[in-house]
Amino acid sequence: MFPLILQHLWLVFAATAAASCLAIPAGVAISHRPLMARWVLASAGVAQTIPSLALLGFLISIPVIGGIGPRPALVALIVYALLPILTNTVAGLRNVDPALREAGLALGMTPSQFLRKVELPLAAPTIVAGVRIAAVTTVGTAAIAAAIGGGGLGVLIFRGLANVDTREILRGALPAAAIAIITDGGLSWIENRLSRFWPS
Amino acid sequence: MEVQFRRVNFIRDGRTVLRDLSFSLREGETLVLLGASGAGKTTALRLVNALLMPTSGEVEVAGKATTAWDPIELRRRIGYVMQEHGLFPHMTVQRNVGLGLEILRRPQSQIDSRASALLEELKLPAAEFRGRYPRSLSGGQKQRTGIARALATDPGLLLLDEPFGALDPPTRLELQHQFLELRNKYGKASLFVTHDVAEALRVATRIGLMHNGTLELEATPAEFVRATHPVAQSFLRYLER
Repeated sequence: MFPLILQHLWLVFAATAAASCLAIPAGVAISHRPLMARWVLASAGVAQTIPSLALLGFLISIPVIGGIGPRPALVALIVYALLPILTNTVAGLRNVDPALREAGLALGMTPSQFLRKVELPLAAPTIVAGVRIAAVTTVGTAAIAAAIGGGGLGVLIFRGLANVDTREILRGALPAAAIAIITDGGLSWIENRLSRFWPS
Repeated sequence: MEVQFRRVNFIRDGRTVLRDLSFSLREGETLVLLGASGAGKTTALRLVNALLMPTSGEVEVAGKATTAWDPIELRRRIGYVMQEHGLFPHMTVQRNVGLGLEILRRPQSQIDSRASALLEELKLPAAEFRGRYPRSLSGGQKQRTGIARALATDPGLLLLDEPFGALDPPTRLELQHQFLELRNKYGKASLFVTHDVAEALRVATRIGLMHNGTLELEATPAEFVRATHPVAQSFLRYLER
């Protein structure tokens, strides 16, 4: 069972990290472009509504990123993790007090200086909240990855379902729940530390 | 740095905010723009550091139109004090004060010593205040920090937008006196916006009375108290209360 837990952790970590690497810069790029933000967030929202099993099935027929195994599973998990990180990045950056924006401009900050020194640090708790939501959701969604040979704790759950073996289902479901709780707790702690450190 | 407004108009959302505004601010002078809310004072101030651009006419700073300046370069030469202090909540008092120098990439030792010296000058002992965050400061302490930040880069011009407007009367009076001390020491040209006539008379070397986007009257404080202009009279009546 231990290798399956590690596999599950790897799927969650890799998907959340990759989604963060894509969604945070994208959120920064669109946060002050309202029209583009609307389109990008709507597209990510639509992707989120596709049922996970349907998406995994669809990916089987796609060359390069699709097929069966951990790779298409990772692609699907990344797609699902994008939206919360993207929306929270945009919301965090947009919520920076306009008076601070004016103060930064009046000091002669360049847009990139303002982003690095003011916007990102102040938006950090909201962005971390997005990463937390994405990571916790991914723990659950990653269980479905077993349907296309993605591995992880879903292997035990699917095997249990096939054999109508409740104990086997629980052997997969309980560690997944524990991972979700620990992930949520750890990232909540970081989020709270940031919020407490930088209240307005 | 001298400032010159030449027949400046500013229209926003179809509404004329400033109409045919002309005035000048000379070296060492404190010109107070006095007026009620909506008179266009803050808009005029924001035209100086290119936070806004005139719809027509010209605003000149140090002999060059703001449209010809690189806005970032221009703003780095001007100190700006806001009503709501505009301190960055995630930065210590010391970092807030030294931020203007930090973005100019000055050595950290120079930033720290300048910030500490200014804090001491603004009666915020550096040892006690440098490591504190804005949330732990009183209104007056925040505004002092804001003034120290505006002075940190030794700007040639100070813009003050109702800097003491949110303070209680004793703190307000204390900071007005402190502003006068600093002005006498550094002799910087200052454009000061307020709706408080007593404050205008206290800190101004010249008062520009604004009403509905136009400059109705320019006078020294001594001339202003004798002015017969109806808008000036409406402000002076508050002094008699």
